[in-house]
Amino acid sequence: MAAALEGIRVLDLTRVWSGPLACRMLADFGAEVIRVEDKAARGPSRIPSAYARGSGFYPDGEAGERPWNRNGFLNKMNRNKLSLTVELDTEAGADVFRKLVATSDVVVENYSPRVMANFGLDYERLRQVKADLIMISMPGYGMTGPYRDRVAYGTTLEPEAGLSSLMGYPDRGPQRMGIAYPDPVAGIHAAGAVMLALWHRRKTGRGQHIDLAQIETAIGVVGEAFLEYQLTGERPERFGNGHATMAPHGCYPCKGEDRWLTLAVRNDREWQALCGVIGRPELANDVRFSTAEERRRHRDETDGHINAWTKDQDAASAMRVLQAAGIPAGVVSDAQQLATDEHLQAREFFPRLSHPDAGTYPYPGQPIHLSATPATFRTDAPTLGEHNEMLLRGVLGLSAQEYEALIEEGIICDRPPAPPRLEQD
Amino acid sequence: MDSALGGLRVLDLSQDVSGTYCGKLLACYGAEVWKIEPPSGDPTRHIGASTSDGRTKPGALFLHLNTGKKSCTLNLDTERGQEILRRLAGGADIVIEDAGPGVMEERGLGYNDLSAANANLIYVSLSAFGSDGPYAGYQATQLTLYALGGYMYLTGDPDREPLQGPGHQPACLAGAHALAGTVIALWAREPGAGGQHVEVSEMESVAAAHQWTITRYNFAGVIQRRMGNRYDLTHPNTLYPCRDGYVAISVSTEKQAESFLLLVGQAELLEDKRFRGGLARLANADAFDEIVAPWFAERSKEEIVLLCQELRVPCAPVAEVDDVLEHEQLIARGFWREVDHPEAGRLRYPGPPFRMSDSPGQIGRAPLLGEHSAEIYEDGTGYSSDELARLREEGVI
Repeated sequence: MAAALEGIRVLDLTRVWSGPLACRMLADFGAEVIRVEDKAARGPSRIPSAYARGSGFYPDGEAGERPWNRNGFLNKMNRNKLSLTVELDTEAGADVFRKLVATSDVVVENYSPRVMANFGLDYERLRQVKADLIMISMPGYGMTGPYRDRVAYGTTLEPEAGLSSLMGYPDRGPQRMGIAYPDPVAGIHAAGAVMLALWHRRKTGRGQHIDLAQIETAIGVVGEAFLEYQLTGERPERFGNGHATMAPHGCYPCKGEDRWLTLAVRNDREWQALCGVIGRPELANDVRFSTAEERRRHRDETDGHINAWTKDQDAASAMRVLQAAGIPAGVVSDAQQLATDEHLQAREFFPRLSHPDAGTYPYPGQPIHLSATPATFRTDAPTLGEHNEMLLRGVLGLSAQEYEALIEEGIICDRPPAPPRLEQD
Repeated sequence: MDSALGGLRVLDLSQDVSGTYCGKLLACYGAEVWKIEPPSGDPTRHIGASTSDGRTKPGALFLHLNTGKKSCTLNLDTERGQEILRRLAGGADIVIEDAGPGVMEERGLGYNDLSAANANLIYVSLSAFGSDGPYAGYQATQLTLYALGGYMYLTGDPDREPLQGPGHQPACLAGAHALAGTVIALWAREPGAGGQHVEVSEMESVAAAHQWTITRYNFAGVIQRRMGNRYDLTHPNTLYPCRDGYVAISVSTEKQAESFLLLVGQAELLEDKRFRGGLARLANADAFDEIVAPWFAERSKEEIVLLCQELRVPCAPVAEVDDVLEHEQLIARGFWREVDHPEAGRLRYPGPPFRMSDSPGQIGRAPLLGEHSAEIYEDGTGYSSDELARLREEGVI
């Protein structure tokens, strides 16, 4: 069977994380996704070796001959995609882009709102080129309103959307999640948004513009907190690793350096089972711990009993023992444990992809499993401008002369500019 | 103007946040979502519910996750209940369930059972770990999924225990993936390909939503650790306390770093080797913060944000829930939607997660338990009114 999205052409103008992730999802299911990149999109042609070593983005810490093609942060977002370089801030570049739009179904961009308008490539103008175009814009604050032109990253939107106030140590202030969480939230929703618009187009013949404000999408995934506040008039408590109803519910130190185990007790039966596992069966009958409410009140004591057991346990073995007793438990996996996790390995979650400049590595796969039209991992990320000729000559039908002229004028390229000066290592 | 999913019928059997969130998104964009609840109600109904004046008020989580759905009750643990569900599924486009591996199959309501009678059915299963693999039978909560999905190790102070995230993010990530998966399956169905089984696991949904954690390990053996409110690779990308709260600031380019240092009156630090480049500033972040902290302490959130934004340095106030409800931009965009609910009253709900110009989303109210039973059984089962009356007498519906 053909891939689900075969025949759909997506122009991916996005940067950083949210937009590339959205387009990666579409590409995994067979859409032809074209990265539209300017010559500096992947950084300069040389990078300081200290950065190559320190960032962890380059295989074995080496920048290599073509660092712009070796950056794992960029490459992991761009498997299954094609690459076209074009300078959209030039008339000739914008013209090439418009011609490509005329052959495409979807444009995805996550610039701040004024950028596409400055290029003369906003939705109103692009729909003149392709009447049923679907375009999604995903800036931090949306396409309208007084903050539309403010700059934002996921790391500023997360606390602004209230998420950081909803978590953290009880004795401390707001806490961020350790990743720029609004980015994947926006990206995953955006893939759904594009699909909804395609479905709508199939029924009606009409395209449309989708305005995804990353702050709004982030609010939606903690939406209950805002209703709770209106219902109670109280700001939510900072729980740390606790829970409103379950107890015990926490993160406990295990044997080894920075090794931890989480566990949650959902009911009294699980508490009794836990008492057996930790070798303290007498606690199961202790009235101080007989209900979740009692256990929350005596949290220091219950946590003390659990800590006394976990501190000498290997986290993974303890997880298995608790699971065998029917108690939800999970190790706190670091990058190595996640990359080698037996469950993810058994489910073949990490496809291995080969790249001419970066080598062969496993990458996080696709959590959406479709029984009839599954995701496929066809190609690793494209090199910069790898598909310039195929797209411009093959798809748009430019002559050899026109194509050469674009190269000479610096409208397209296959290597980034040199840095103005290289920082001392 | 119509809706994207108008005319599609969804049976939402979810009992957990993951499937319920997926159903909410489908309802928002126009699908007719029938929430099938056990006679005692979806367990989420009772979380945070309160009773006053003899009336029960549903909790916030239920109200939020079930906007725009209709509700009927049905006991799926009885044979008659299962038979009725098979009838309902015969006329449905999409079924969503998050009961866990094997549970629906035991009831004769798995994908194979229901698709046998409706080849076009899209059957969406969400679970903690997926239907196979060593953890398939494991128990899970959001806490253990934050941990196993790799978010928790990255979150919190370096010298304290790792922290869970807010709310129910493993479930919401899975629900959002399931929205995309469902509509991709719809798209693939149309050319006569039939329906299919869509499966999404929460653990994989978290593992796929990492910025660079796994790749940096595979490429260079880097194991990222948690660093409080700081962020890897550059500085300042952190929260600073200020006169009336906290601000978040995210310097990522050297140009932004320069603008920031000029703004806080520390231009000479540009020549300081300790602070040249993001990695150097991060390595010396304690010293850096000591120098800039007084500038923040003297100023208000609003003042700092405006000054930074003027220089195109990403900066935002750290907001409490009530600040977010009063957020100027959100109000100007009409993000909050006032929705009346007979038990909960009039509240402001988060609007649709994205705005579609030609098929906008809607936030309807959550249903009362069994509010639409009669309508759903009449439209969905094809039973005669006599048969329905008998089923009601027997307590099946």
